[in-house]
Amino acid sequence: MADSALAGLIDTTISVITADGRNIVGVLRGYDQATNLILDECHERVFSTKNGVEQLALGLYVIRGDNIAVVGEIDDELDAQIDFSQVRAAPLKAVTH
Amino acid sequence: MLFYSYFKTLVGKEVTVELKNDLAISGTLHSVDQYLNIKLHNTRVINEQKYPHMLSVRNCFIRGSVVRYVQLPPGSVDVEILHDATRREARGGG
Repeated sequence: MADSALAGLIDTTISVITADGRNIVGVLRGYDQATNLILDECHERVFSTKNGVEQLALGLYVIRGDNIAVVGEIDDELDAQIDFSQVRAAPLKAVTH
Repeated sequence: MLFYSYFKTLVGKEVTVELKNDLAISGTLHSVDQYLNIKLHNTRVINEQKYPHMLSVRNCFIRGSVVRYVQLPPGSVDVEILHDATRREARGGG
């Protein structure tokens, strides 16, 4: 069930890819059956082809389920190894239904 | 509920999920729910050069509404059984 799928991620750092292609990283504090999420201590990772990844602090967010594509569990060790200032990529496309 | 039941039989198999934002993620199918939300373990994004957005993600939850295709391992679908089940459900037999 949706409940058990996200239940294990409560209070862990997750990366959310939104329907408009943004990537928001934060600590999952709550969710419901519509995949609405409460994310604490968020920042957005802005990908660009010209500069490295820019991190923007956002604070506490509620993200509506409709606008969510992927919820990824961040592996802290892997994450610490990545030098985001050297990562260049085009932003993800928006979801087209 | 037919495809929900069908996807449940694929738990543990290696699948590739193509999303509506052109991202393709492969991994081991861990769970599926009534909305066909999919949870994958040991994920790899196809074409990591172009899509490094999930480099530090090994397990992920994919919202059913953004799935375009699910690529299945060969031989994992018994078309005869699925035919029968589809017809049974269409008759209202469940």
